[in-house]
Amino acid sequence: MSGTAPRSDPVFQIRGLTVDFVGPSGAERAVDGVDLGVRPGETLGVVGESGAGKSVTVLAALRLLPEPPARVVAGQALLDGTDLLTMPSGELRSVRGRDIGMVFQDPFSSLHPSYRVGDQVAEAIRVHDRTVSRSAARARTAELLDLVGVPHPTRRAREYPHQWSGGMRQRAVIAMAIANGPKVLIADEPTTALDVTTQAQVLDVLRTAQRETGAATVLITHDLGVIAEMADRVAVFHDGRVVETATATELFRSPRHEYTAELLSRRAGAIGAPSTTAVLRAPPGPPVLEVEDLVKHFPTGRRATGPAVHAVDGITFTLAPGESLGLVGESGCGKSTLARTVVRLLEPTSGRIRLDGTDITRQGGADLRATRARLRIVFQDPSGSLNPRRRIGDAVAEPLRIHGRHRSDDGRRRALELLDRVGIGAALAHRWPHELSGGQRQRVAIARALALEPRVLVLDEPVSSLDAPVRAQVLDLLDELRSDLGLAYLLISHDLTVVRQVCDRVAVMYLGRFVETGAADAVCTRPEHPYTRALLSAVPVAEPGARAERGRIVLGGDLPDPTDPPSGCRFESRCGQSIARCATVDPSLTHRGTDHECACHLVGAPTGAAP
Amino acid sequence: MVRRPGGVIGVAMVGLLVGVGLIGPTVAPRDPFAIDGPSLASPSGTYPFGTDPLGRDVWSGVLHGARTSLLVAVTVALLVLAVGTAVGMAAGYRAGWVDDILMRITEFAQVLPRFFLAIVVIALFGPGLDRLIVVLGLTSWPLLARVVRAELLSLREREFVEAARADGAGTMRIVVRELLPNALAPALVVLGLVVAQVLLIEASLAFLGLGDPNAVSWGYLANQGQRVLRVAWWPAVFPGLAIVIAVLGCNLVADALNDALGARR
Repeated sequence: MSGTAPRSDPVFQIRGLTVDFVGPSGAERAVDGVDLGVRPGETLGVVGESGAGKSVTVLAALRLLPEPPARVVAGQALLDGTDLLTMPSGELRSVRGRDIGMVFQDPFSSLHPSYRVGDQVAEAIRVHDRTVSRSAARARTAELLDLVGVPHPTRRAREYPHQWSGGMRQRAVIAMAIANGPKVLIADEPTTALDVTTQAQVLDVLRTAQRETGAATVLITHDLGVIAEMADRVAVFHDGRVVETATATELFRSPRHEYTAELLSRRAGAIGAPSTTAVLRAPPGPPVLEVEDLVKHFPTGRRATGPAVHAVDGITFTLAPGESLGLVGESGCGKSTLARTVVRLLEPTSGRIRLDGTDITRQGGADLRATRARLRIVFQDPSGSLNPRRRIGDAVAEPLRIHGRHRSDDGRRRALELLDRVGIGAALAHRWPHELSGGQRQRVAIARALALEPRVLVLDEPVSSLDAPVRAQVLDLLDELRSDLGLAYLLISHDLTVVRQVCDRVAVMYLGRFVETGAADAVCTRPEHPYTRALLSAVPVAEPGARAERGRIVLGGDLPDPTDPPSGCRFESRCGQSIARCATVDPSLTHRGTDHECACHLVGAPTGAAP
Repeated sequence: MVRRPGGVIGVAMVGLLVGVGLIGPTVAPRDPFAIDGPSLASPSGTYPFGTDPLGRDVWSGVLHGARTSLLVAVTVALLVLAVGTAVGMAAGYRAGWVDDILMRITEFAQVLPRFFLAIVVIALFGPGLDRLIVVLGLTSWPLLARVVRAELLSLREREFVEAARADGAGTMRIVVRELLPNALAPALVVLGLVVAQVLLIEASLAFLGLGDPNAVSWGYLANQGQRVLRVAWWPAVFPGLAIVIAVLGCNLVADALNDALGARR
């Protein structure tokens, strides 16, 4: 795909676009003289950190930004030579959605919750051409949904958005975007809210959509891997300007601008390369955390005896002092439930949790409180996990107050120390959470978790809400804290690169069970389970053409219904290699060499073991 | 909040009510009940707001009336805040059957006709500010309770509550230190509106002659004035204006508060 961009004139062109945001403290320049152009059939990747002006540029060009506060100061947005910025709004409305198709980041909010999905797609057709009859629009809808890979399109078109998974909804949004054969397709972070496996599916769909329509595509993303995989040419945004435009191959091989070079150098180590962090072998001795056959079921109805969601269904692992275990899996596989159950925020249905040899499974009162000081959790979204009405210095000191150690430990000084330790100056201690950036907030959340000198930190997607560069910094901090303070981590992430970077061991979770566990390097370089292999191959690599070489497995479909897990192997319904036995016999974890276990019939039981 | 014109005007109006309510009676030149000047003297240097048919000074009456209004507003607000927040917090945080029971009680209190109930109480026990405050206080909290409950229902699902639980915080601590500060802002907005209503009810009762005979009230003054409205406008208009300023001020402050707090979230 790359390097073969057609040599025709750009169909969509932005020239000298300058956008200000007018606030109470004066105007702030968000976009500063941006030039972009995209030719028919070409994919232009737009990359940069959040706040660099990527989305603002495109939204301003389509006049989708609210004015005020936004104000387009100068520039043109030419579609086939006509300037959208000076076009009468009635005409512009007919251009949007017909000549220009749009796909936004959040598939959960871009569909109307109370209309059927099919009707929304049909509406996208009929709003631009009233001569199309309802039945014709319905037929075309089914065609479009089929094109974007929605199974049973006629039946599913009658469902409502809440019955669709995120990946499926994003397909519907893409179907709407290409419904009228647009000349330009604009996708703004179309896969950011999705899992890697779903991301791979949706990127495939985008490619199909582009091929079918021949549209010039503008793909906005902060993920260099997605860029490498999709884009013919790339525009790099920094501080509201385009600092470099080049073909994808050129950009990755020899970046000219120093910012591009910096971006490229900060991308996480590709899977397959040896991990950069020295692997700390866990010191021999008793494990700090032991989890044995842990089960958490959620009853779905009012009665406890009804069908239950099997969120965590028999998980066993141990964590040595100073060790870090990564837990990966798609959303909905039960990782977050496992995290919350381990730290006793949820009551386990059955099983056993031991911390330093003490059974904490049914602890309560003062014992549980003492446990909570040693077993801490850091949540995914720091803007949600910090009380909006508490200054960050107080937020860090709060655990000390709760445990009655604020006075004896000199909480104020300790809070400042901790803030300093995580790289936040004491000067920020009396800021409110909303005055900090996402990365700073997550640092505060980490400082808060450290306040009570814990033994184990459970990190639930600690960096998935952060931008790539900030993510790398926070991961570095976590790594540093672990070796300095001898902490043990249970790190949960849907992103294998994150786990690879920080963890000694990895456990791959699917539908409430571990399907493969082992040393991080072993699992990432020699994956045994078909699901692990699919997960790994779905990760976009920031190297054009790299994924083609590795070969890829795109998983079809979604997770099975967790209230009724399959009777045999849970992965059977999505596995490309299943055999008869998989449908009936549930495989258990078996050893595949030192510290590497896999639950799959195909990988085979160790010789001599009973089936 | 004071950046918006509505907010500035509202704060000024409420400030005026509080200021006059506090110092008004001490700076009032005359006894508001004393028959002291000519009947129906028009506003002048001696009688800034004129005099009523009995020759009483309307200016002094308005100054004294402010204290009555302020007293009713503040005490009812405190009662409403105490009962409403407690009920709302318990219902919102505990949910389940506690919520069910408390919300049925709230609904019961909400459907009581406040004005009518106040009249009944006064008819039974005689007029007096104390019973008026109790009746209004005990019937005005449901709206506040509902708002606090709704806030808590959404707040308790937020991650920082879970974070506090993971810190080892107990229920009381979570409710008081984590949830209450976040629920208080919308509660104050509602409180402003409730106080405005209460001021109106007090004025209406006094207008109908059901107020405390020993306390000057704007409603009472307005009633005295309306009888001679065709002859002299001032005995009715000035107390009426005072009522407008107080009620409008509370409403504006509530609105501005709502805008200011809404923007931050």
